[in-house]
Amino acid sequence: MNYTVGIDLGSTTTKAVVLGEDGTVLGRGITNSRSNYDVACQVALSEALINTRFSLIAGEFRGIARDPSQATTLIGALERKFRAEQYRSQLRVLDTELRRFLSRLLTRPPAAAAIVDRIVERMHGEIDALYAEGARRKSDFFRDLAGSRYLALAEDEARATGVSFDLLAGLFDKAILDVENSAEAAGHFDQHAAVALAGLPGADPALTTAVARVSALTLEQIGSVGTGYGRQRLPFPEGRIRSEILCHGLGAHAMFPHTRTVLDIGGQDTKAIQVDEQGIVTSFQMNDRCAAGCGRYLGYIADEMSLGLHELGPIAIQSSAPVRINSTCTVFAGAELRERLSLGEKREDILAGLHRAIVLRAMSLLARSGGVKDEFTFTGGVARNQAAVAALVKLVNENYGARTVNISDDSIYTGALGAALFALRSAGSRECRRTA
Amino acid sequence: MSPAPTAAAPARKDDSQVRQKAMIARHFDRLAAAPETGARTAYTFVPGNLTELLLSFDVLPVLPEINALQSAMRGKTAEYIAIAEKHGHSEDVCTYVKSDIGMMKSGNIGPTGQRLPSPDLLLLSYTGCFTFMKWFELLREEYHCPVAMLHVPYQADGRITDAMRTYVVDQLKQVVIPKLEEVTGRKYDEDRLREHLARSAQAEDDLVWVLQSAKNVPSPIDAYFGAVYYVGPIFSAFRGTTDAVDYYRELREEIAERIRQGKGPVTPEGEVERERFRVVVEGPPNWTSFRQFWKMFADEGAVAVASTYSKVGGVYDLGFRHDPDHPLETLADYCLGCYTNLSLPTRIDLLTRYVSEYRADGFLINSVKSCNSFSAGQLHILREVEARSGRPGGFIESDLVDPRYFSAANIKNRLESYFQMIEQKRPGVAS
Ligand code: SF4
Repeated sequence: MNYTVGIDLGSTTTKAVVLGEDGTVLGRGITNSRSNYDVACQVALSEALINTRFSLIAGEFRGIARDPSQATTLIGALERKFRAEQYRSQLRVLDTELRRFLSRLLTRPPAAAAIVDRIVERMHGEIDALYAEGARRKSDFFRDLAGSRYLALAEDEARATGVSFDLLAGLFDKAILDVENSAEAAGHFDQHAAVALAGLPGADPALTTAVARVSALTLEQIGSVGTGYGRQRLPFPEGRIRSEILCHGLGAHAMFPHTRTVLDIGGQDTKAIQVDEQGIVTSFQMNDRCAAGCGRYLGYIADEMSLGLHELGPIAIQSSAPVRINSTCTVFAGAELRERLSLGEKREDILAGLHRAIVLRAMSLLARSGGVKDEFTFTGGVARNQAAVAALVKLVNENYGARTVNISDDSIYTGALGAALFALRSAGSRECRRTA
Repeated sequence: MSPAPTAAAPARKDDSQVRQKAMIARHFDRLAAAPETGARTAYTFVPGNLTELLLSFDVLPVLPEINALQSAMRGKTAEYIAIAEKHGHSEDVCTYVKSDIGMMKSGNIGPTGQRLPSPDLLLLSYTGCFTFMKWFELLREEYHCPVAMLHVPYQADGRITDAMRTYVVDQLKQVVIPKLEEVTGRKYDEDRLREHLARSAQAEDDLVWVLQSAKNVPSPIDAYFGAVYYVGPIFSAFRGTTDAVDYYRELREEIAERIRQGKGPVTPEGEVERERFRVVVEGPPNWTSFRQFWKMFADEGAVAVASTYSKVGGVYDLGFRHDPDHPLETLADYCLGCYTNLSLPTRIDLLTRYVSEYRADGFLINSVKSCNSFSAGQLHILREVEARSGRPGGFIESDLVDPRYFSAANIKNRLESYFQMIEQKRPGVAS
């Protein structure tokens, strides 16, 4: 089966979107690995291909299932088992790496090896619960999931044994890189799928058939396009690299065909993009050399307040009287924040003010790019922050009147989707040329 | 706003380049020797400069804007700007000014490594940029020399009226010429001025021919980056000299040869072999990263076929030539017609015309942070030219000579996106 892929190598995550020949999205993959561009691409792609196979399995299975109403539940269960297996395989690599780094330490507390044994063993023991039905996981990244458990267990061990916590944490920091940087660590689809099926005894045999059919499929890449911050370093030939601006424009158009204005607030830059009825960019504006008002600003504020990035929005949204904050300069915002706190202003009001300040910067770029037209699509990491969205909707309404504001759950994949569509088009035009 | 006649010249030197280099070296030699020879010097600006008049008094022009941009190309401006800021100049002031002040405070060593003489006169011949006035006010404090100010009215309605012309001519007669007579101890010699003006017109014809050669496909020149070298002599100390006449004749022949051979422009990285994008550029280049900036275009096969920057010292392609038969009137018209003295509608017309006449795929604005004369209204220009020409406009931001304002990653990202946007809009292109 033929597919094209778009890869968006961002500053914090790498995303891949896989498209079928008819342009439907078959799979999406993401990784937060960023130490090695090539590997990040491989990992994101292999994640997207796994996701692709699952959507193919779902399609197959629905057609042949004994009880199609059970299909979704069953596939969900299969996928959880699969992910658990994948986690197990990554944990095995982590284990090996932990030991490798441990053996290299010059001063090694005698108890250390046994401690690592105990931690890893307990982590193995927790896997099934982690992927049980209804279990809530804070993240889908191995680093985050394994990291939070490892560190918690290491803390307990350190307390009980007197072995330095820093030493144990340092081991993890080194070992995790190798897990992230190895596409192999995540293992192979067929193997994991087989184990996952075996974990569902008594399930509809049609599921086994569907898995077997999809596992037997060869997925052949007929086109790829890369975009994003690291696009120049992507393992793509030059002709297959597209700017993020074009990709976001086209991606947003594919998600919401009536989109005319796109705002993307990413980690490092903000872009206001105007597109025509075909998703072709007609003009754009970008923040200048100063990245104030980009996503990183929120990260900085979160650090200042000792909060998680994802906690900011929910707190800010509770504000009833946002304070007016004028500075979008990251450093000044920190100073302003501390001063306001010391004046006794409420945390939610200050945070609401900060969100508004970011959005004001974006409003200026939007104005300069030609305004906010209907429909308006908001993409990028900050689009997931409800306080930023609320401030944006309010300001757009005040400045431009009623506008349909689109935000997709998959907005983080917008750039990769646009890239994949470009890949599909050029694969298509190559076909034409071949047959012409 | 001014052209750079020397530094960072393309790898292979044409005869005209060798000639230009020698001309400039001689000029700086004369300046360095001025304290001994007693030659008089005037500091003056590029837009609306009165070079022929100065030369008719044997006064040597010094152009602080050119010194600033050349300091930038030599990597000196970070240091100079820091010195100026230490003396109390704020971050947002035109960075040409700060670079110049810093250079002066560091011993006034010019681009050739020789000391520049102090001015005998500060000649402020174009007032369209308010910064100029403040700049010379600062220099006056330093040098305690006379200042001659020629007030040039703004072309608000897009045309020069008789009243405007008379107003400028009267000032030339009543203020500028008497000041020059006083400083040099010579009488105004109109015949000498006419001779210079006749030579100017001759060189101007060849210059216009060269700039318009970019109408060829492929263009034999780059009319933005490359043009910086071409406009050097005419916008600086050489207009009205036989040197300039010879230089432009030679340059024209070289370009004619390139056209015969079907060649593209020469860049510091070599020749542009395949012209992929033809663009019109508005706004001055960035000087601190000039080569890197140029390379961003060349790497994409983007050739500037016309620019407004190459008109800062005179928009000759609208038909103006210095006219020896009306010496003072022609000087007045010249001052009134410099690019930054044109109204926004006139600038929009000009850009739109360039896009169609030079068969450009689009036009690009480099908005300079610390120059209001160029930058005010540029986004408005962008929208209007887009609407009228139907071609996509691009917008980047940098600065003249402050290296802190050039973000290579940001500019490259925008340029690439812009060129891809042009590509995507070409009829019949699938991706
Ligand atoms: S503000 Fe602009 S026009 Fe005025 S001196 Fe500076 S660069 Fe030249």
